Amino acid sequence: MSTHPHKITVDGIGKSFGDLSVVGGVSFDVRDGEFVAIVGPSGCGKSTLMNIIAGFERADRGTIRIDGVERSGPSRNGIMISQQGSVFPWLTVHENLMFALSGTRHGDKEARAHRYIELVGLAGFEKAYPHELSGGMLKRVEIARALVVKPEILYMDEPFSALDALMSLRMQTELRRILDEERHTVLLITHDVEEAIFLADRILVLSPRPTVIQTSFQVDMPHPRKLSDPRAQELREAILKELGL
Amino acid sequence: MRETDSKLARVVPPVLVIALLIAVWWAVVARSDSPIFPTPWQVVTGAWDLAQDGTLWDHIQASLVRVGIGFGLAFLVAVPLGLWMGWVPGAYYTLNPLFQMLRPISPIAWIPVAILWFGVGNLSPVFLIFIASVFPMIVQTTVGVRTIDRRYLRAAANFGVSRSVLFRRVVFPAVLPEIIVGMRIGLGVAWLVVVAAEMIALNSGLGYLIMDSRNAGNRYDLVIASMIIIGVIGLLLDGATRLLEQMKTVKWRYVR
Repeated sequence: MSTHPHKITVDGIGKSFGDLSVVGGVSFDVRDGEFVAIVGPSGCGKSTLMNIIAGFERADRGTIRIDGVERSGPSRNGIMISQQGSVFPWLTVHENLMFALSGTRHGDKEARAHRYIELVGLAGFEKAYPHELSGGMLKRVEIARALVVKPEILYMDEPFSALDALMSLRMQTELRRILDEERHTVLLITHDVEEAIFLADRILVLSPRPTVIQTSFQVDMPHPRKLSDPRAQELREAILKELGL
Repeated sequence: MRETDSKLARVVPPVLVIALLIAVWWAVVARSDSPIFPTPWQVVTGAWDLAQDGTLWDHIQASLVRVGIGFGLAFLVAVPLGLWMGWVPGAYYTLNPLFQMLRPISPIAWIPVAILWFGVGNLSPVFLIFIASVFPMIVQTTVGVRTIDRRYLRAAANFGVSRSVLFRRVVFPAVLPEIIVGMRIGLGVAWLVVVAAEMIALNSGLGYLIMDSRNAGNRYDLVIASMIIIGVIGLLLDGATRLLEQMKTVKWRYVR
């Protein structure tokens, strides 16, 4: 375990595309094991910010430090789960997990792959190809493929927003269950305020472009949370107000 | 629509159209009393005779072997070259303009060059088939690599896999559907070209059969029979490459 107080340190990140300033100086820290949700209006540069933090894009200024060490590119240490998903359609469920494991030094990879397919409730679908699965099942494959390499950080960029409302709720509950079994630091980007309240320890609200952190809310409610809880409702109102609704 | 209905709907109309065409052909030839143009029945009996004495099979085999060699060589050159050009921007910017310029030149235009370089033997048609099918396959493979969805490359980078795993498990399978499309185009052009090439100066193959039948006493029944056989074989070749699209690892590209 790291002795550094912060798992992720985002320090003065700024990014422009041509004349368009998208991210305008964002700084925050994420503690080890903390679940931080970032909400913001659509088109505010949330995904750009996430891609920079995960190492897929370069910032114009500012630094990202993981465990106090400056980050230069993507790493197996932090796996990204995005809206469109990136499960390889030409590999079976099992092959997708084995692909992820191929770069690692885990012992008995077969057993690991099997365990994580079971964890997400896909036992029996090992040999299925992604196009034979539903959207919800595909999300489970993606989560299993991310977790199987034991990343310390999960980056989730609107992970469930391509699913229907019911499946999205179900996946949120599933994710919470899995996170109770395995400790991860999670950074979640979402436009769904209720999803953020249901899952996160802390919620950051972003401003419109060029985006900066506008406010931050601590969510001090035990899991499993109920959105009907008056505290949750109060928090929801406050966040929506910040978003200008 | 029920399964049987849709199958009927797919088989019956095309068969009817072909039958109608043959009927019209027959009627027109019978009415015009043409001394040269054959009736469908004369075509059938002419082809039957050729099949009986074995020459038809020799011609078909000759054409198929030429296509097999020329297309096979083109495939072996095009796929590695296309993968390289798609992956390395420098290679793409250097070679793509050249290939884009060579590609629209009809393979038929190469015939004089082929005869000069390779004479009138088997090498000329093989070279022409190579020239005809190599460019579409290069272009298709290159485009395939360059249009791999970025999210898959990002996922591969995220998991930090080795270069060889990246190529075997991500790049190649992602491009495979495009390679198959390239193969279909390449093989189609190869079959077009072999017939044309054989018309020039050979003594075997379906193209030669057409020219020889005309020259040796206006045997238009055999000309038409050869044309039909060429069409049927072309259809079968395309059908064979389409079977590749049924592979489990490329099906994702053709569903949804």
